[in-house]
Amino acid sequence: MKRLKVLGMTLAATMLLAAQAVSAAPVTITYWQYFYQSKVDLMNDLIKQFEAKNPGIKVDQVTFPYESYNQKVAASIPAGEGPDVINLYSGWLPMYVKAEYIQPLPKSSFGASDMKANFYSFVSPAVNFGGKLYSAPTAVRTLALIWNKKLFKEAGLDPEKPPRTLDELADYARKLSKYDAQGNLIQAGLTMQPNGQGHNWIRDVLFRQFGAAPYDATGRKVTYATPQGIAAMQWYMDRIVKDKVGYPNFMTDDVTAFKAQKAAMTIDGSFRVATLKAMKDLDWGIAELPTHNGIKSNFASFWTNSIVSGVKGKQLDASVKFLQFLTSPEVMEQWLAKVGELPANPKIAAAHKDDPIINVFMKGLDYAHVTAFVDEAGQRNLFVDMIDEINLKGAKVEDVLKRTAVAEQKIFDDFWK
Amino acid sequence: MTLAKKKAMTAYVFLAFPLVFFVGVRFGPMLYAMIRSLTDWSLLRKTNQFIGFDNFKAVLTDPVFLKSLGNTLRYAIVGAPIVIALSLGIALLLNRIIHARGLFRLIYILPYITPMVAVSWVWRWMYQTPPMGILNAMFSALGLPAVEFLISPDQALYSILAVNIWVELGYCTTVFLAGIQTIPMDCVEAAKIDGASERQIFVRIILPLLMPITLFLMIMQGIQFLRIFTPIYNMSSQAMGGPLDSTKSAALYIYQMAFTKFEMGRASAASLVLFAIIMVVTLLQLRIFDKKANNQE
Amino acid sequence: MTVDKRIGLGIAYAILSLLSVVMIFPFLWMLLSSFKDATQIFQPGLFPSDPTFENYIAILFSGNSRFPRWFLNSAIVATCTTASVLFFDSLLGYTLAKFEFPGKKIIFLLVISTLMIPTEMLVIPWYAMSRAMKWGNTYWGIMFPGMISAFGVFLMRQFMTSIPNDLIDAARIDGMGELRIFMKIVLPLVSPALATLAIFNFIGNWNAFLWPLIIASKPRMFTLPVGLANFSGEAGSDWHLIMTGATVAMVPLIILFLIFQKQIVRGIAMTGLKG
Repeated sequence: MKRLKVLGMTLAATMLLAAQAVSAAPVTITYWQYFYQSKVDLMNDLIKQFEAKNPGIKVDQVTFPYESYNQKVAASIPAGEGPDVINLYSGWLPMYVKAEYIQPLPKSSFGASDMKANFYSFVSPAVNFGGKLYSAPTAVRTLALIWNKKLFKEAGLDPEKPPRTLDELADYARKLSKYDAQGNLIQAGLTMQPNGQGHNWIRDVLFRQFGAAPYDATGRKVTYATPQGIAAMQWYMDRIVKDKVGYPNFMTDDVTAFKAQKAAMTIDGSFRVATLKAMKDLDWGIAELPTHNGIKSNFASFWTNSIVSGVKGKQLDASVKFLQFLTSPEVMEQWLAKVGELPANPKIAAAHKDDPIINVFMKGLDYAHVTAFVDEAGQRNLFVDMIDEINLKGAKVEDVLKRTAVAEQKIFDDFWK
Repeated sequence: MTLAKKKAMTAYVFLAFPLVFFVGVRFGPMLYAMIRSLTDWSLLRKTNQFIGFDNFKAVLTDPVFLKSLGNTLRYAIVGAPIVIALSLGIALLLNRIIHARGLFRLIYILPYITPMVAVSWVWRWMYQTPPMGILNAMFSALGLPAVEFLISPDQALYSILAVNIWVELGYCTTVFLAGIQTIPMDCVEAAKIDGASERQIFVRIILPLLMPITLFLMIMQGIQFLRIFTPIYNMSSQAMGGPLDSTKSAALYIYQMAFTKFEMGRASAASLVLFAIIMVVTLLQLRIFDKKANNQE
Repeated sequence: MTVDKRIGLGIAYAILSLLSVVMIFPFLWMLLSSFKDATQIFQPGLFPSDPTFENYIAILFSGNSRFPRWFLNSAIVATCTTASVLFFDSLLGYTLAKFEFPGKKIIFLLVISTLMIPTEMLVIPWYAMSRAMKWGNTYWGIMFPGMISAFGVFLMRQFMTSIPNDLIDAARIDGMGELRIFMKIVLPLVSPALATLAIFNFIGNWNAFLWPLIIASKPRMFTLPVGLANFSGEAGSDWHLIMTGATVAMVPLIILFLIFQKQIVRGIAMTGLKG
């Protein structure tokens, strides 16, 4: 009898210990982002900081190449093999929400008022679907004009005075372009790379500056096929066809051309800052995008963090904590320092307004627009093909722009039906 | 148990795993693709349903797919005969020379054994427009105008095709050379004594004897070119098969449909269409060559 | 030799040499480019003005380079599939050549007919299968479609037919087990064919692209070709590194090729003759 009692007590004690062990066992959550060296390195640091603060939680970072990221996500989440927290491009959100890959953020931690108070104003509408918030970014990105000071000097231009208007931009680009004896472009005055940031520049900057809103207020109707839209597109194509200051895939792509000092000016995003800073021989300047008709415009986008559908219980609690950490001021500061992207919280960004580079992007954010892509790759490709058809096949701007508008409208209609 | 029965038993034991493999990894999946091509299977949806032949209707009316089919046929119809003709010529030349035959042959095989991805990037690098590509730098030094190569919708397909020909050339040359060397020399000598010209010997003796090899190579190369994927993926901007879909092959279309658009059912249907085309082209070639071979006899 | 013949020979050498230049030049250009740094790569001229090994150091020895891992992955995949193909293909070839059993013809036809099924069609079901089995980003996932090659079966069967039956029967009478007969008597007899098959398979798997591209999405599970294809991305195209990577990816094959050139040439010739 006594033996039995001892046995029983031991058993009970063991069970108790086991139960404790279970509850103390760390929760492991998985975080996915695409592979970009500076982001991956920083994230490894951030995870260490987070784990030190939250001893019960472990975070695994998994990365995929940019090209196959969407593919991997689409394949894994429905199969239940996906991550808990995922980093997404803002333009992909509608698709992810519609496919039910991600779940709404808990109101207690990410309320609508928090969102308004702590993030740039364009963030909230871009992550709001049916009144629910699905995502929160660490950083935001926007476009700027970047130029090569050495090439400016060579062309007899003041390296500290970038073009301020589109007319000046066109004029500078002509002066900065160089050709060989056969007339081949060997130095681009301005990069013309629609499959890079070029399509965003056309969509949310040029169209608006020429007086055409690209989409209506709902974001579901294409509205750029107007005389103003055609004028904007004509301006872009004139740089390629008439002035020959650059063309798509010159030197493989815009980034390669600019890094190789074979392109004098480029339109690129804040995320490029870290790459350019690492180039020792490159003397570059950065300025707000040129205006036109007195209109300033810019394109904003962001990589944002969401919690995957089906994550619940302790995983969910841990994921929410991690998301709060990722959107905290301290992380935003580190992100700015290491990656170069602007803090998503305007108050934190404001503290850095004396930094000339950050200042340019901050100003851009004030008048930036966010395009609600439903099929970012498909919509980008429409613009790439449009420009190729005009440039390579000699198609008329008006015809192709109208056709593109119809095709893009079809993408919207198919998505929202 | 009789010896014959025992041997049969052994055979079945030896065959067991390989048969499971062929059923599980070849026939099973093929059947699966056929069935799934009749559904609206997508990775973006949790459920899918039977939709009959809608996928076939959709791909066969998709201008991009039709364009990719046209491109695929162009790759094969232009590419395979060029490879065969060139390699036959080279093999005949190699057979003539006395020195350095082995060295030449080694040099010609080199592209065939190196990774297609690597050589695609090397060629993409060489094909760049000024001021970057070495080919255009050479043209420019000779005072010739620049060639657009990969950025031109009219030239890109042929630029990529040239790389594929460059890769396959060594393989076909080696096969032909081995074939030529099996031709009995006394036959050729006898013809010479009878006063046959080089041309007659070539047309009447060598060519007919090489017919089976030519047929084999034609079919294999035909299939190879119909399935072209890797050089296009690696040589077009962002692996899109551009500019303006001018280089996109059926295989790349299938890949994009399945793995960037996640429409697996539709991609399966497209892959069946490609399969059918490969079958038809192969059978057609067999037919034509059969007739020719019969006429020769 | 007549003058005519000599001229003909001269022309033949000239054409062949010219072609050799076309065949070799891309490799030469790749190699030369790999010794140029990020600035030199865009300068005109064939030869690097200031040759550097820094690209090789960056690719092979820098801490965050994934290239060594891709190299290892390719080596593992190519070696394991080749070992499997050698064993199963020769076993299958042997069985189909030397055994009589009901259904033999059908089985042979079935195996050979799989050669007609294009990979493009199979990758979709393979992908679905790998998802269900959770084989994504594993070596097995990359390798399983290539564990047996129908072409190798065909090749080995041809060779096995030429083995005298007496040898095998004698071993049976000596009481040797069937598997031992296969391993100890049959395999050594076809070792030249095995060498050819091995090299071909190794090269094929080292160079394979479509399936590894689909199944390996984590950079640490990339094979060399998939890694190379992903070299150029959002941060532009680092051509000096791409050329260096391409060079490194080719080196093992060129070494293999130089060692086994006889087998490779014979193997290629055989595919044509026996086909």
